[in-house]
Amino acid sequence: MKDEITREDRVANLKGMGCSRKRVEDARFTQGQGNYVDDVKLPGMLHADFVRSPYAHARIKSINIDAAMALPGVKAVLTAQDLEPLGLHWMPTLAGDKQMVLADGKVLFQGQEVAFVVAADRYIAADAVELVEVEYEELEVVVDPFKALESDVVLREDLDLSVPGAHGPRKHANHIFTWEMGDQEATEQVLDSAEVVATEEMYYHRTHPCPLETCGSVASMDKVNGKLTLWGTFQAPHVVRTVASLLSGIEEHNIRVIAPDIGGGFGNKVGVYPGYICSIVASIVTGAPVKWIEDRMENLMSTAFARDYWMKGKISATKEGKITGLHCHVTADHGAFDACADPSKFPAGFMNICTGSYDIPVAYLGVDGVYTNKAPGGVSYRCSFRVTEAVYFIERMIEVLAIELDMDPAELRSINFIKKEQFPYQAPLGWEYDSGDYQPAWDKALKAVDYKGLRAEQAERVEAFKRGETRKIMGIGLSFFTEIVGAGPVKNCDILGMGMFDSCEIRIHPTGSAVARLGTISQGQGHATTFAQILATEIGLSADSITIEEGDTDTAPYGLGTYGSRSTPVAGAATAMAGRKIRAKAQMIAAYLLEVHDDDVEFDVDRFVVKGAPERFKTMKDIAYAAYNQAIPGLEPGLEAVSYYDPPNMTYPFGAYVCVMDIDVDTGVPEIRRFYALDDCGTRINPMVIEGQVHGGLTEALAVALGQEIAYDDLGNVKTGTLMDFFLPTAWEVPNYETDYTVTPSPHHPIGAKGVGESPHVGGVPCFSNAVQDAFRPFGNRHTNMPHDHWRIWQTANDLGLHD
Amino acid sequence: MSNKMHVKLNVNGEDHEFLAEPRELLIYALREKLNITGPHVGCETTHCGACTVTMNGKSVKSCTVFVAQANGAEVTTIEGLGQPDALHVLQENFKEHHGLQCGFCTPGMITRAAKLLEENPNPTEEEVRFGISGNICRCTGYQNIVKSILSAASELNSAKEAAQ
Repeated sequence: MKDEITREDRVANLKGMGCSRKRVEDARFTQGQGNYVDDVKLPGMLHADFVRSPYAHARIKSINIDAAMALPGVKAVLTAQDLEPLGLHWMPTLAGDKQMVLADGKVLFQGQEVAFVVAADRYIAADAVELVEVEYEELEVVVDPFKALESDVVLREDLDLSVPGAHGPRKHANHIFTWEMGDQEATEQVLDSAEVVATEEMYYHRTHPCPLETCGSVASMDKVNGKLTLWGTFQAPHVVRTVASLLSGIEEHNIRVIAPDIGGGFGNKVGVYPGYICSIVASIVTGAPVKWIEDRMENLMSTAFARDYWMKGKISATKEGKITGLHCHVTADHGAFDACADPSKFPAGFMNICTGSYDIPVAYLGVDGVYTNKAPGGVSYRCSFRVTEAVYFIERMIEVLAIELDMDPAELRSINFIKKEQFPYQAPLGWEYDSGDYQPAWDKALKAVDYKGLRAEQAERVEAFKRGETRKIMGIGLSFFTEIVGAGPVKNCDILGMGMFDSCEIRIHPTGSAVARLGTISQGQGHATTFAQILATEIGLSADSITIEEGDTDTAPYGLGTYGSRSTPVAGAATAMAGRKIRAKAQMIAAYLLEVHDDDVEFDVDRFVVKGAPERFKTMKDIAYAAYNQAIPGLEPGLEAVSYYDPPNMTYPFGAYVCVMDIDVDTGVPEIRRFYALDDCGTRINPMVIEGQVHGGLTEALAVALGQEIAYDDLGNVKTGTLMDFFLPTAWEVPNYETDYTVTPSPHHPIGAKGVGESPHVGGVPCFSNAVQDAFRPFGNRHTNMPHDHWRIWQTANDLGLHD
Repeated sequence: MSNKMHVKLNVNGEDHEFLAEPRELLIYALREKLNITGPHVGCETTHCGACTVTMNGKSVKSCTVFVAQANGAEVTTIEGLGQPDALHVLQENFKEHHGLQCGFCTPGMITRAAKLLEENPNPTEEEVRFGISGNICRCTGYQNIVKSILSAASELNSAKEAAQ
């Protein structure tokens, strides 16, 4: 056989790892042919809507559904009373707590689900919601977690204080858990005797992932065959199937969960919400398919929020700036139910990554979880579990320490980086960082922005401002972050007892194309494009000939889903490993066809060649065909493989960000002049997709740092329940970003990839915040809390006397 | 129900007639009566633009237009912009420049961008950013959307010049 094309062409034809392959998803999305949950339409389908509590804390005296039921077109109105016989009026949360599905005797936050109305169309359902009469008796509202821990008002009357919670003993009726890591005594000793100590208190405000598509589900109970099908906005469809089975008693093989196209997740769609459960019950009760789609206000008021961490830090150092110890305490406001989506053994997620990128000899972290009259949640909005909080904490503590030491914050970081030769690095709060090379990344970033030149310009600007020549001050925001993603090893990571492995199953078709199914689910990350690239490189078939399927639990192998940047580190690894199983069998087939020993052929791009005789080869297409049409001694026909991958460790992507900002002190408006982002996510699968993830993550970071907030008044009313009040940046507010990279592969991942979707958010929030705070540093600022909206920036300027 | 009205709409060149309550929103008439599911519902308060369609030559948020207001109108949605074998230049450029991720905002965004380029065939980056500021995207950070639209504008202009 004569080979017409060059090896270079063969590599290019594969469209494998490392190329900016265009996305296969885009054909349907650009033509309006996506299939999102609200696009699911079944014959006879009913529509549901919730009656929600207007109060943050109240006892329910009565619910009268008569008028609602009398409205033509209304099929059912469910209350806790209807769910109780089924044991479904409460459900377990992912955090070891339980949550009311429908209000059972009282309501604990504004917007809580009270009754579920099912009607012929969405308008009738909405009308019927208005006709349900609920009589409430208002109770004292507690929205401040510190007051909650001193209050006589008991929020969770269902809990017995003498019985330990899921994470140990509780100290107060409104206390959920205490979680401690590190060595408290040793840390305090170091802090007490340190040359320099900086302390700071900071509030990482409550916000919300707010994907453009809200949450929803369509449940269809086929009573004839005993099969339940559930479509929905699920970042973890297999977990939803297991939970649905455990709760409903329907055997798991009789439940099919389908996550169709998902319009963004960002952590919002990890949990199980009352709407999902109610749509299932309603379908069983009515015998018809039932659709529930929340509106934007319901999404912001009731589905999982993020952050709400009150953090107190102490950091110590030598006079030269070498950090000697770190102490962190968090009061974590979890709202009415502990519904955080964290691995079971980590009630504060991976907050214990809060020593960051620095070699800190000793550290302590304590977290107290608290109930308040706010919506439940605590999900990781575009970050691995609570890592945004951890990185914000350490990157602010570094800045505060730099002020205390009167030192440049870039230099302070350099002095304290974990050095390349220290990896794998054992951090004081329990993690083993897999790989990193921080200093070159930092130097590259500082050089790219001409850091010294910027500092000189800033100093000149301060003088010009003082002379009255300008009303704009200048800030240089820095951050150097280490993420911890890819949860995770089954030995310490599980959700509801299920280990956090992931999976891939591959079938090669006789003509040399393939389908691969994974336990993850894309919400815009482009898995159908990038996982095919991993496989193309591993099995030598073009990515264009490989279909990637996810999200249907009847066909996809069991996996824990997509969040915490775990898809590439875990399912991506499973994909590579399954590909290698295919390749191992292909090698035996090739050797048989070429009539040589197995060890005498080697893989080369898209074929196996006889060692030393490159003209003798069999392409993977030849091999695929042979697998189905030849009886090969000692081998089963067919070419399939499955891999369940339990990662040996997390992966630790890192990055160096710089933001240059001008702030008008009279209007409080920040202008982002420049944003430089260097990411090291290990091996890069698709640079175009990586860059897109960085742009998006940075923009969500901008939102959180500069204005996005879920705010409550003292009565527990949500003040930011619509997009009028809840800040989502438009094209007008967002700058162009400069992206850059270094590559430090993960030593334990089959292809060395670390994951990137959330890094820009994790590193971006402190970078934007540090830019604002740095602008005010020459005028005496030490720390102000986010979100830095125009009013708060103006207030900071005012407090510092800049309007005098 | 007795309070339904007779509605006529021309959507993507095709005439439709149906009965609807006057309070029904145009987006639900399109999605649920006519099975045109390209435009999406993101907020129902006119902020996000996922439901953007062109109505009588103007970009509108179909989540805050009653079918009663739309009666007799000509409506264009993403489904009317291009065909699988003949994509609109914006559809091509969004694919080429990674101008989308989850795809939920994309139909509204492209529909708005198409109108923008009719209103202003040669926009600056600033004009593009202002022109699409009624359409929110949560995934892309807009950089590649802006790039896609500017590239589409330039292609359209080159084609126009070539035709002259």
